[in-house]
Formats: sequence, C-alpha cells, structure tokens
Amino acid sequence: MTSTIEPEVGKSRRRKEDERLITGRTRWTDNLTLPGMLHLAVLRSPFAHAKIVSIDVTEAKSAPGVVAVYTGKDLDPESAIGMPCAWPITPDMKSPRRPILASDTVNFAGEGVAVVVARTAAEAQDALEAIDVDYDELPVVLGLENALAEGAPLVHEELGTNQNAVWVFDSAGAGTGSDVEDAIANSEVVLKRRFRQQRLVPAFMEPRACVVDPTGSQLVMWSATQVPHILKTMTAATLGLPEHKVRVIAPDVGGGFGGKIAVLPEEMMSTLIAQRLGKPVKWTESRSETMVAAHHGRDQIQDLTITANRDGTVTGLKVELLADMGAYLGLVGPGVPILGAFMFNAIYKFPAYHFACTNVFTNTTLTDAYRGAGRPEATFGIERIMDELAVELGMDPMELREKNWIKHEEFPFTTVAGLTYDSGNYEAATAKAKELFDYDGLRREQKERRESGDSVQLGIGISTFTEMCGLAPSRVLGSLDYAAGGWEHAEIRVLPTGKIEVITGASAHGQGHETAWSQIVADKLGVPFEDIEVIHGDTQSSHKGMDTYGSRSLVVGGIAVVKAADKVLAKAKPIAAHLMECAEDDLEFEAGKFSVKGTDSATSIQDIAWAVFSAHNLPDGVEPSLDSADTFDPENFSFPHGTHLCAAEVDTETGRVRLRSYVCVDDVGVAVNPLIVEGQVHGGLAQGIAQALFEEAVHDEGGTLTTGTFADYLLPSAADLPSFTTDRTETPSTTNPLGAKGVGEAGTIASTPAVVNAVIDAVRHFGVDDIEMPLTPMRVWHAIQHQTAAEGGLGSEAGGGLGSIDATGGAQ
Amino acid sequence: MRITVTVDGTSYTDDVEPRTLLVHHLRERVGKVGTVVGCDTSNCGACTVHLDGHSVKSCSVLAVQADGCEVTTIEGLARDGELHPVQKAFHENHALQCGFCTPGMIMQSIDLLADNPDPDEKAVREGLEGNLCRCTGYQNIVRAVRDAAHQMRPGAGPEAERLASDTASRVGAGGE
Repeated sequence: MTSTIEPEVGKSRRRKEDERLITGRTRWTDNLTLPGMLHLAVLRSPFAHAKIVSIDVTEAKSAPGVVAVYTGKDLDPESAIGMPCAWPITPDMKSPRRPILASDTVNFAGEGVAVVVARTAAEAQDALEAIDVDYDELPVVLGLENALAEGAPLVHEELGTNQNAVWVFDSAGAGTGSDVEDAIANSEVVLKRRFRQQRLVPAFMEPRACVVDPTGSQLVMWSATQVPHILKTMTAATLGLPEHKVRVIAPDVGGGFGGKIAVLPEEMMSTLIAQRLGKPVKWTESRSETMVAAHHGRDQIQDLTITANRDGTVTGLKVELLADMGAYLGLVGPGVPILGAFMFNAIYKFPAYHFACTNVFTNTTLTDAYRGAGRPEATFGIERIMDELAVELGMDPMELREKNWIKHEEFPFTTVAGLTYDSGNYEAATAKAKELFDYDGLRREQKERRESGDSVQLGIGISTFTEMCGLAPSRVLGSLDYAAGGWEHAEIRVLPTGKIEVITGASAHGQGHETAWSQIVADKLGVPFEDIEVIHGDTQSSHKGMDTYGSRSLVVGGIAVVKAADKVLAKAKPIAAHLMECAEDDLEFEAGKFSVKGTDSATSIQDIAWAVFSAHNLPDGVEPSLDSADTFDPENFSFPHGTHLCAAEVDTETGRVRLRSYVCVDDVGVAVNPLIVEGQVHGGLAQGIAQALFEEAVHDEGGTLTTGTFADYLLPSAADLPSFTTDRTETPSTTNPLGAKGVGEAGTIASTPAVVNAVIDAVRHFGVDDIEMPLTPMRVWHAIQHQTAAEGGLGSEAGGGLGSIDATGGAQ
Repeated sequence: MRITVTVDGTSYTDDVEPRTLLVHHLRERVGKVGTVVGCDTSNCGACTVHLDGHSVKSCSVLAVQADGCEVTTIEGLARDGELHPVQKAFHENHALQCGFCTPGMIMQSIDLLADNPDPDEKAVREGLEGNLCRCTGYQNIVRAVRDAAHQMRPGAGPEAERLASDTASRVGAGGE
C-alpha cells in the first residue's frame, strides 16, 4: 500500500506558535496579574567588592505602598546551602556559598543586597532610593591573569586563592600513547598563539521575571526560564521545600540562549517572600538589571600550541585555558569551558592532544552557559590557529583544512578527545559552500585589490566546523561529574476523538517545538498536523523533563516523542487486530491506518481511539487507553558540521569592516522543518558575527559594567548585518531514528572565526596577524597603523598583535 | 491627571500619575499586554505602537501626552478577524522565533511601509534600525516586510490596493 499523505518531516511548515505571537495574545511572565499581587524590586550593589557595614531600611519601610523590606540577614537563614552549582568538575573544586542576598560582603557590582515589596512596581522602585547602605570598599580583582597574580586581592578571602579548579585532558593519559610534548619537541613547525574570548551578554529580548503564588495547596512559580523542571527541583532543594508542593510554569519565554538556564536568587527570594506574606509576588527586572545580574558568557584566555610538519600535516595540539567564572559559580558555569575540551580538535585528525583549563574567580557578574557554551570558544581557537598555521606554511587555508580533516569514508571516527563522530561529509559541504561563495573569484579580486593598493581591502574567512549536539548521554555527564542526566521525556495522549496531545519535557523558548513535534507525530501516527497540540513548560502537565539547552530539544526530546509514538502504535495494534478479527501479524500500519494485508479492510488511529474510549469491545486485559510515555537517553552526541565562508571588506583608512557576503552550508542531518533550521542558522550567525564585530561586556577599573544598557552594549540591528546565503547538505546521524543532528548553536559557533579570519586576511599584508574581538573600527585601524608604523609599511613578514610565531624549523 | 485615550478603537478614561509611561498605562491599566517592555533606554523598540497613526516607542511617551489621542497596538491590528498583511507576512516568512520583539517589529514595519510602499532591502534594514531582535538575524524580517509590500502594492489588484490604502489610512500617512 502506498501512502497518499505527504510526509510532514522535511516540510517547511509555518509555525503553530506564530498566531499568538503576531497578535499579541502571548503569556509572558510579566503579563501575569493575580489578585492581591505584590511587586518586588531589588537593591543592587554599586561596588564590585565591599563589606556591608550596615543597611538602614527604616525609611524605605514607611515609603508609600511598601509592605516589607528584606535584607540578606532576613532571608539568608532559610537557605543554608545557598544558590546551587550543579557541576563540580573536580573533587577539590572550590564552591563558595552564594547567598540569595549578600549580607556581609558584595562580590560583584549588581549583586542584590535588599529587596522591597510594595503594592506597585513603581512604588517598590521608589523605595529602593530610601535604603541607606554603608559599604566599606575592598580591593577589586578583575582580569584572569590579575586574579592569579601573586598577592592579588581575593574574591573569597576564606578560599585563600582565586583559582577555582583545574581540569585536564591528555591524550597520552587517555591511553592513545600520543604525547603533545613529544610532538612539540619533534615537529617541524611549532606555532603558539594567544586568543581572547571577550565577555558577552546573552541579551535575550524578554527580561527575566517571575511570579510566585503561594495561596493554593501547591506553590506555583511562573518564570521566564529555560529550565522549569530543573528549577522546580532546585527550588525544593535550595529552600528545603517538599518537591511535590512546588509547580513551575515557563509560559511563553522570550529567548534564552543559555542566559535563562540559571536558577536565580530572585526566584528564591520571591518564593520565600510569597510564603512569608501569603500573597502572590511578582519580580520583573529592568534591562539594566539584566545586564549586571543575569549571567554573562565566554570570557576566556586561550593559549594554543599547534605542531605540524612542513607538508601541512598536523601532529599535535596543546590548549591551556583560563576561564573567568565571575564572583560565584553558576548552575553549570564550571563545566562550560570543559565542554570545549572535546571540540578544540574539531574536524581534524590530531594524533596528540592536551587540554587544561583553570577556572578563576574575579569580582564580576558570574559567567555560565551562553549559546554554544564552550564550543564557540573552542572552534574560534582552532579555526584561528589553522589560518595562522596556513600562513606559516605558505599554504591556502582551505587546503590545510582539507589535508587534515576526517574524510567522508573514515566515519565513524573516534577523535583524539575520545568522541566518536558518527557521520559527516566535510567535502560535500565545503564544495557546495565554495561554489555558492565564488571562492576562486573572490581570491582573484583580493589579489587585484592588494596589488592596486585599494583603500578598501578584501579578506576571505573560512570556518569549517563541527560541534556536539544533543546534550547529553547521561553516562557521559556522569563521567564529567555533572549532577543530572541528559535524557528527555515525552508523553502522547490520544484523545477520544482522535486528536492528540503531545507533552514534552523540552520546554521551548522560541525554537518552534510545537510545530516540529507536531510534524514528527503526524508522520508517526498518520494524523493531521492540525490535530496535534504540543504542551510544554509546566511541570504539572509535563511532569518529567530536562528542558532546553545545548541543542538537545530535537535530538533528545524529539526522539523521546518518536519512542512514545511507537508505543502508541504498539498499544493500538492488538486492538486493531481484535476489531478487524485478524491476527496481529496480518496487519500493516501506514498513513494512520492499520490494514489487513491484501484486503481493503482497515481501521484508523481515530477509530481505535474511539473504540478505546467507549471500551465496548476491547481484547481481554487491555487498558482503555492509547496514551503512552517514553524517555530517550542518547547513546552518543550528534555532530552537525558545516563550512562557513565570509568575505569582509576593510576600509584601511577608517578600520570599518563591512561584510560583503556570508555563505554557509550546514549539515544538520535530517531537517524536520527546513524553515525553522534556516531561521535558527540566521539567528546564530547574527550572534556569532556580533561577537566578532560588535559585542563586549566591559568593566571599568572599579568593576562597574560600563556596557550596562542597550545604548552601550552593541546588539546589532538590522542595519548592521548583511543577508546570508545559507544552504544544507544532509548526512543523517546514525545514532538516532530521526537522523537529526541539532542546529540551535551551529551558526554562532561557526561564524565568529569565519568573520575574524576574513578581517585578518584582508589586512594581513600590513603585518597584522591578530586583532582582539570585537573588531571595532578603532581596533582594526590601530592594528593596521601599528604594523605599518612598526614595520615600515606593506609586506612585512613579522608577527604582531597578541600572538607570536615560533617556527623551530625541525628538531631532528 | 485624568486622560482619555482611544486604544484599538475603544475609549478609556483613567487617572494616571504624570510620570506614567504610555507603555505601562497600556499594559497595566488598559490591559493591552501584547505590547511589551524590553529595555529601559528606548533602544529595543519592543514597545512600539501607533500614536495617531505613527509609530512611537511607547516607553518614550508619557501617558498624559497621549491624552485625546488614538493608539493602535498589536492587539488592534487585525480587522474583522483578518490579520494585517504584515502580520501574515511575518508568519509566512518565519520572521519571528521567540516573538518578544515581534509586536514592535510589526508596528514599526507598518509605519515603514506607509512611508515607503516599495522599500529595497537597505531601506527596510534602515527603517527597522530602532527595533532589536535577538533570534532571527533579521533576514526573514526583512523578507517579510518586502513580501508584505509586494502583497499590498498598488497595481497588484483590487485586494492589494485595498490593503495598501487601509494601511496608509491607519497610519495617517496616505499619499506619501
């Protein structure tokens, strides 16, 4: 029997989510108003490091509309364990207690010291002004190297050090017998580079907010969070509440990018205060608060040593990282840099590899997951140094990559970092990208511009990348000392009329789960796309879940949906056989119908649903339900990859960078919804390009964030970005039944090095071999001027910027 | 102060504090929570509405300044159950992900099209410069605005012309 229904998977379905979002009928947390609801406002420290001598709240307490004012001392005893960190990466990791509100010492500018509860948000804000805090300033430590310097001020005096943890991976120690130190001693070329990953702000558009209602039998918390399930468990654990008395709802959530992974002090204080006052409370932050109090991302110094033979074969890679944790540890913050450990070797066949990261405390906002989490940092380092190695060897950078990457026929391939890449085809993606980009034509134009001394120079940047998606196999997380598993849960309820409810643990914040999950279930059960409702983000209806981060929704959560749908069919089959009075073996299922092989006799899922509901004629011992649930724990990550090519024009007189074209061909395996995939890539590119060119969280010497608003922190607008040319190749993943690989972070991971490589390529003939991100006109201009002045003009061969070339010329 | 503002066709009279911003008045008093607040520096544009036909960031207008004015929000765009062509184009072109910036983007796009019914890519990008989006990379938003322009352009048939003139009259910029 052939299907007459067009498959949903692979179709560019317009999203179900859109209708409410384009008409303003959304349920953002801040939209919620409950009877008698009170409003919170948090007083935040202006100092990065100070003793709190005293806090006088007397005047604030009598301000108009104020119901209560609390300081850290009032709330602290109720949370003995402090804010949670779920990723103790080493047994001796230093995990200082983070209070809900600081009561003795503030450790970053923006840390909360008091909270006002008032009848309106405006009254709560007004009363903050009336709180008098006497601070005794302490020396501030900022910057990774400063923090580790002898005699540096200590963020947490009691720890005796700013060093938080050291985490090491070594291929020799891992049993391959390949030693990086041998490679450094014996290779023809040894190249060292230092790269900096500036600090970024995730900058989701919806500021964080929560509403807590303590008035029912369960305490209900609505929060603009990515992780309602984790938040529920952590709220119970942090505050000592019975978990079954807590329900968390993530309604419509306006973006996350990792920035809403945290469990917030504000969520904990809202819960405590709601309980104390017996009334619902709401906390909504201003954008300026978000900038200082929501976690930041990146912030690493990377020292890379790559070794190679003169023919371009790479022989080893050594990575030494310093990673800034900020003042405390975030929920998964310590683990972010070590995710990079598995990705620095990228698509290349390094025989020897050593990775070590040192996590450091400074008096800054804490850092934690931000789109890509560890993988953009790693991809940047390796793709930048591959370009530098190509220059050193006099090779075309693409040729160097091709020489060292894993060939299509070599998959599955176990890398030096111990991951097994199941599938990939770097050749196909690269060939397609080069064709779309006109690689050879642009190289010719670049040459002409250089020769004519054009004031606008052209550069071509390459980033051929892979990443690991689908975080994560639980046993892998266990081996990395992460506190939780990486499975995901799904449930399918077949309603009496044959309509379907799909409940997913992967709570969405803009990625289109409702549409993609409907497509999956429509194909599996043969029901119309429109007949499926996807429910998520409420721990009551979706009682199990690990939520959404690390491009795990589809490749973990989507597979749980597939498995649950298979169970529905398994339950339906004996009922179908009973109804049609045949043996189960005589049945086949296609396009929503069980039919008896070789006959016209058929019954649909909808018919069976009604038969189950009526229960008039069911086989003995069959429960009257087609509902089913299942959980998927991946056996392996998935490994999307792609080739990104960027052409950048650099005005050598002003330093201004214009992206002339950006082409990428990504391989995300099977695309359930190509339209959503394309949208995810576009958004990811914008964020990665923004890291390269625009964004940086900057502190002044006192530790104040000087980029604390959207007026100072340069989120790109439509006018700042070009249109992208995106395309796909499709090499299915072999480790999940959908063949999908994940896409949420790909664009961000790949684009930053592509852009920076392009800009460096445009001005390399001035002697420039590195510019720190973001590549502002001033920095680019300075780099050109510095090199032209120092080296006497064009054509200099010398290194510069942050890096230096150490070509040993053979050690035999 | 007592003010009367017509919001999405209904007149509301309220006592407001002089400092109340229009966006807070719309959200908290009128109940139009489709208009959202994304920043406190007038940079993000998420709160964009039409005030007497022209787009404004409602966080940079005092409620008292809107006294006697007509405000259109995202919730008042659809007419007789029919989405505005720009709303439709955002859906058709996948011009939104999390959707938080979307109401402001749509309101700004309508004003942009009233001003320039056939914008090229550059004009759309510059016209949306005051509205930030973190999800889409803007490409599909630009595509949606140009698609809507195409749908509404004069000469595309009576329906398109009706939509174009309807939009122009809504933003009070007809004939430009």
